[in-house]
This record gives sequence, structure tokens and C-alpha cells, in this order.
Amino acid sequence: MKRNMSFFNATSLSLGLAFLYLPMLLLMIYSFNESRLVTVWAGFSTKWYGELLRNQQFLDAAWVTLRVAVVSSTIATVLGTMAAWVLVRERRFLGRTLFSGMIYAPLVMPEVITGLSLLLLFIAIGLDRGILTIILAHTTFSMCYVSVVVSSRLVTFDRSLEEAALDLGCSPMQAFGFVTLPIIAPAVVSGWLLAFTLSLDDLVIASFTSGPSSTTLPIKIFSSMRLGVSPEINALSTILISIVAVGVVVAALVSKRQIARRETEEREGQK
Amino acid sequence: MDNKPAPAPFAPWNDPAAVPLIRFEGVTKRFGDFTALQSIDLQIYPKEFFALLGPSGCGKTTLMRMLAGFESPTEGTIWLEGKNIAPVPPNKRPVNMMFQSYALFPHLTVWDNIAFGLRRAGQDKNTIKARVEEMLRLTRLEQFARRKPHQISGGQRQRVALARSLALGPKLLLLDEPLGALDKKLRQDTQFELMDIQEKTGTTFVIVTHDQEEAMTVASRVAVMDAGRLCQVDTPQNIYETPNSRYVADFIGEVSILEGRVAAVGEEIAIAYAEGAKPVMTRCAETVAPGQSVFYAIRPEKIWVGAEPHPDRINSVEGTIVDIGYLGDVSTYHVRLDSGQMIKALMTNAERYAASRFTWNDRVWLSWSRHAGVVLAS
Repeated sequence: MKRNMSFFNATSLSLGLAFLYLPMLLLMIYSFNESRLVTVWAGFSTKWYGELLRNQQFLDAAWVTLRVAVVSSTIATVLGTMAAWVLVRERRFLGRTLFSGMIYAPLVMPEVITGLSLLLLFIAIGLDRGILTIILAHTTFSMCYVSVVVSSRLVTFDRSLEEAALDLGCSPMQAFGFVTLPIIAPAVVSGWLLAFTLSLDDLVIASFTSGPSSTTLPIKIFSSMRLGVSPEINALSTILISIVAVGVVVAALVSKRQIARRETEEREGQK
Repeated sequence: MDNKPAPAPFAPWNDPAAVPLIRFEGVTKRFGDFTALQSIDLQIYPKEFFALLGPSGCGKTTLMRMLAGFESPTEGTIWLEGKNIAPVPPNKRPVNMMFQSYALFPHLTVWDNIAFGLRRAGQDKNTIKARVEEMLRLTRLEQFARRKPHQISGGQRQRVALARSLALGPKLLLLDEPLGALDKKLRQDTQFELMDIQEKTGTTFVIVTHDQEEAMTVASRVAVMDAGRLCQVDTPQNIYETPNSRYVADFIGEVSILEGRVAAVGEEIAIAYAEGAKPVMTRCAETVAPGQSVFYAIRPEKIWVGAEPHPDRINSVEGTIVDIGYLGDVSTYHVRLDSGQMIKALMTNAERYAASRFTWNDRVWLSWSRHAGVVLAS
């Protein structure tokens, strides 16, 4: 850390940080507020956390969200990786340009449109709205994010590694499983994490495709906001922020350690 | 001392009874409009160390990739031990390849890289262990077995790639520019190591390279390629001493080429290359007619440089030194003849200060014998 930071730099840094994190900090402080009124401080208390744990509706919604996120991001990862593989590997096939354009379209498509069109589809084919439809919808829109992440890794993947695997007796499927997948695994994992996060905080698409029995956490938070901000929401948000923060810090530490280990290994290797 | 007859030199290509391991029969490969290979006919014999030599884009890599199974011929057939290999996928061929980038699996240790093919072949643990250890010994990699590819040096990686491709005991090993990534000194050592390993394992090697010195050093036969065609397929010595075209003569080693016309045909033929200059007298294996235009190719080391014409050499011509390349062991003189042509001549620096005998703008005589050069029709 530089000690002699100029006044200008110090100011911009603190302003930037304040801009980003002051709202969240405020929210976290008020989650420990004794009072029911969110804007009036009445002393420290953790009672809203207790209330939250006794609120079955929130717990149900959290459970639905978690299941949707795990299942949809897993399916999206499989499909997205396959799509990326086809797009990067197969130079020419019928409809390639169309396919590559279409796969990235959901990235720029307004969520409202995606949600509405999926709703119309589910009604048309007579699929009852519930947890299944949310999973399908989330898979659809998060798949293209996975495919973007994975294909950017595949582009730099040395094709001769796959050829070497084939040459040494692998079938194309084995070559993918034994060589390609282990090497691109970090990209696949980050694709999965991205899809998971997207599913976790999606409100718009979920509200189009959810049914009465399948309210996700974002929908629950949003709808209870209409009845006024409750300190329970603050508590819930604080928990979510903590989970995310811990996740980010752990991921950063792990990758930092990996890089450090790799560097020492390389140094030793050169001796 | 026994009186055993000396073993016949290894030359199955001269033996009409020898059965080739690989036979290309009218193989053509096109990529869209581009013809990468044009009706290739070629035989490669068991235990050969065969080099495909040519500039980049000449089709040598395509030829090799067809042997590995990554490309298939547009026309023609490739026979491996009498079987057409076009329908056999790469993973079912008794052929292994060492890739130019080595293509070592970065997530596996050296040991697991070498064992990779053996595991896919479903061999049992003890067989795999024995084979991997044999390969590690062969390539002197025993102490690196537990390392990952990024933890070893370039030369060691090259040896891992070689060990991995040899582990399955292929009938044919393909080497794509195997030494391209190594520095010069290491490359020379590795060339001899490769030859040694090829001899020990008795595997047929096909090497792709653009480095003519490398091809000449390691190969039993060299195929010189240009623009999708085979220009000449022969032993390194024949390629060097009796090239069949200007392209081959020029591609392999240094050469000076005089363009001229056959002036007289006798025991020696005379080639007139300039008005007023004495024609070059040379023996010629081919039949040429008087008046035919020909090229006369001569290697720099066949030319004697002196202050006077050499008394025993049939050809001598005077010129001026315009350039001297001092390489330590030898010096190359670029001499401009009075008729304008440039001739390169090589002199060994046998004595420490002998090289200083001639210098820029000195008048010198170049002399060479009737056997020194080659007459080329094209």
C-alpha cells in the first residue's frame, strides 16, 4: 500500500467506495435495528434474524430458489458447453452462422421479452407453471452465458491435444472426457457459477414463469416490499450479502494460492 | 578375426523383393480449390528413417496428417501393410505421432502422459508400469516421472512427447518438426539421440522438417517436396550430389548455378555459359543434344580457390572476390566471374592465418574437375 496517496486519489477512492457500498452498509446496519421502522434507529438487536428463521414463507422461497439455481445452472452448463464446443470446433455446418447468432441473442434480449415468450410457450403447450417451468426458463437464458465463457476458453485450446488423445487410442468422446474437459474445467466451473448467480437473483423471468406453489426468494422479497420495507428483508439481504462476500473472498484466496503454487512449481521445474 | 561378409547396407528401396510398409498410390488432397498434394506415389519401407523436407506450405504436413488419420485423401489410396487405411480412424491405427507443439497433457504428470495410450488400450497395471519405466529409461527421464509438463525444460518435454508416442510400440512413428522448438546445440544432440532410439526400437520413423541439415543427418531417405509434389526421393548423399532439378540443388545446401547451352558432346560435354568465356567441361550422366539449354550446378566445396589455375583441374576461370563469409571452420568466397556470373567457393581454414590470404577485390582463379558439377535439364 502506498502511504503518500495524493489528496485527489484518496478522495476519488473514498467517494467511489462510498458510492458502491454505502447503501449496502446502511442496509446491514439497519438489519440490527430494534425498531420496526427501518429508518429510525432504536438500539442493537438480532431479533429480525430470529423472526426471519421462523418465517416459513421465506424459508420455502429460499429452498425453491436454491433448487432452481442448482438444477438450471447444471443443465445450462452441460448444454452451454456442448454448444460452445460445436461452435468452436465445427468450422462449417448447415446453419452455423444462424446458430452462433441465436445462441448469443438472449444476452441482449430484454428479460421481459424472454419471460413473456416463455410464458406464452408454457401456456401453449399446457405446461403448469411451477418449479419446472422456472428451471426451464433459467436454463434457457443462462445457457448462453455459459457458452460464452466456455467458448472463449476453447478458442485458445490447443487442438493438437485432442488429436494427440485420438492418436493414442481415444474415441472422440474419450478424448473430450480425458483431455479436453479436465483442461477447460475452470471455465466450465466459472460458467456454472455465473449461471447459478444469474438464476439466484433473477426476478423478471421467474415472475413470468413461476406458479402459486413456487415462489422464489427474489419474488418473495419484491412482493413483500410492496407491503412496506420490513427489517426482516434487511436481515435477509444482510445474510445474502455475507454469503456472496464470503464466496468472493474464498474464491479470490483459492485462486491466489493456486497461482502462487504454480509459480513456485515452475521455478523449481526450471532448476 | 572372423571372415563374416560385411552386412549389406540398409537399402530396401533398391531391393525389388522388399515389401513397403506404406505405399501412396496417386494420392491427391484438395482443400476447396487449393491442391495441397498432387498425385503422390511413394513407398516407405520398414525400419526406414524417412524425412519429408520442404518449405512451409509444400504439403509435407498434410502428407503426415494423412498417415496419422487426421486428413483423408481426396483421390488415391494409402496402403499400410497392404491394407487401405482410409476408413481406419486415428485411434485404431498402429501409427503414433509426435506433435510439433508436443501436445503434452498439461493436467497429467510425465508418468501419466506416457501411460495414457497404454491405459486406453486396456493393458493391465503391471504391463503399463513396466512399459512406462522402459520408456522413461529410453528417454532418460526417470527422475522427472512425477513432474507436470510445465515443470520441465523444453528438451525434456520433447523427450516426454517421444516416449509417449513410442509407448504403444507403433509400426510407424510420425514426427512433426520434432526439434523445431529446441536451440541449435540441443537440436544436434537430439538428432543423434533420435537416430539411436530409432535403431534401438526398430520402428519406422517418418519425420517432417523444413531444416535440410536435420533431414540429411537423421534420414535414410529424404523426400524433397515443393508445392504439393515430390521433387526427388533419395538418400541424403544422392540428393546432395546428384539433385535432379535446380529446385532440389538449391534447396539442399549451397550451390552456384550457371545457365548455358551444350556446345559440344563427347566423353565430356562442353557447356557455354557466356560469350568469350571458356566453356565448362563436365561429365554428364544424362544424354544431352548439342544446342540444348541446360543448367550447371556446382557446390562451393568442390571448387579450389588459388592465385593460379590448378594444374590438374580441367576447368579454371578467373574472377574477383566480392564477399567473404568467415564461419570459423570454413570461409565462403563470393567470386564474380569476368563474364558477370557469381560463383560461391568454400575453403577450409586449416591453418590459423591461412584465411587472410585472399581478401576483398583480389583476383583469384577458381578450378574444378570434370566430376565436380551436375548438369540439370530443368
